[in-house]
Amino acid sequence: MERVSDLERRAVEDEVKQGVLTTTLAKAVNWSRKQSLWPVTFGLACCAIEMMATGAGHHDLARWGMEIFRASPRQADLMIVAGRVSQKMAPVLRTIYDQMPEPKWVISMGVCASSGGMFNNYGVVQGVDTIVPVDIYVPGCPPRPEMLMYGILRLHEKISKRGTLT
Amino acid sequence: MTPEDLAARLRRSFDDVLLARGEVTLTVDRERLLDALRTLRDEDDFRCTFLSDLSCTDWPGRDPRVWMAYHLRSPERNLRVRVKAGLPEEDLRVASAVEVFPAAEWQEREVFDLFGVVFDGHPDLRRVLMPDDWEGHPLRKDHPLGGVPTQYKGATVPPPDQRGL
Repeated sequence: MERVSDLERRAVEDEVKQGVLTTTLAKAVNWSRKQSLWPVTFGLACCAIEMMATGAGHHDLARWGMEIFRASPRQADLMIVAGRVSQKMAPVLRTIYDQMPEPKWVISMGVCASSGGMFNNYGVVQGVDTIVPVDIYVPGCPPRPEMLMYGILRLHEKISKRGTLT
Repeated sequence: MTPEDLAARLRRSFDDVLLARGEVTLTVDRERLLDALRTLRDEDDFRCTFLSDLSCTDWPGRDPRVWMAYHLRSPERNLRVRVKAGLPEEDLRVASAVEVFPAAEWQEREVFDLFGVVFDGHPDLRRVLMPDDWEGHPLRKDHPLGGVPTQYKGATVPPPDQRGL
């Protein structure tokens, strides 16, 4: 007697033969979201140089469909906070985050954005997570493009495991 | 004019003139500050027409605690003079130098921002470096050196036509 799981497997295999795959809508939508993230241009300091290098030809972010950094937050769904955030920049950063359409994600790139880093003083925000919710922290001073790409891949993982549409 | 000549010339008009390491420092009461700046700017011996720096220092435990420092430069006579004025802790006010040197406007805003000195007669005394809703004056010596919490209170950036630029 065949077990239920075997029956399911055979049903899936039959569908594959017909060129059809079933999944949930949320999975399909989140898969398309992660394959085409649109980062907003938000370089604040030296981390931005590494971020630009990541987007340029040598490291080629286009492999994951995100080579264009949008200058308008309305067209973006990923904010890579690249560099230290000064106290005066905090409202600007929050405004840009609020202007991005949902769903949106934030990568805190480098130690300064994550915790203030070596700028432990009155002028610099001690961690951008006090202003916006952060999904991925990338350590380093500044992180190499490989590290940023690893952070982006972990974000892809996070998005694809989201399980909901909103 | 050498610094020695300058110090000698200044001593004819002012009481407290210090010559140290070739630098001339003139200390005045805060009530006489603008007069001293005007004298240095206008008199033919000095012609210090350029305010090269305006800054402030904080000395907790000293009286007066806060000292203003004005660094003047004379391109015509090739002179440099430092003018200092002490402000007592309980009354951090001094006359604004903007009417003598218009370049002092943003420098005085910076001193107001970071030290909390109030400049009487300043045309637009607002914070210039820290956010407008910031509490405290971070360059005072009793301000914590590090680990300052984020003072973000939900401020947003108004559109350009509402910023009062």
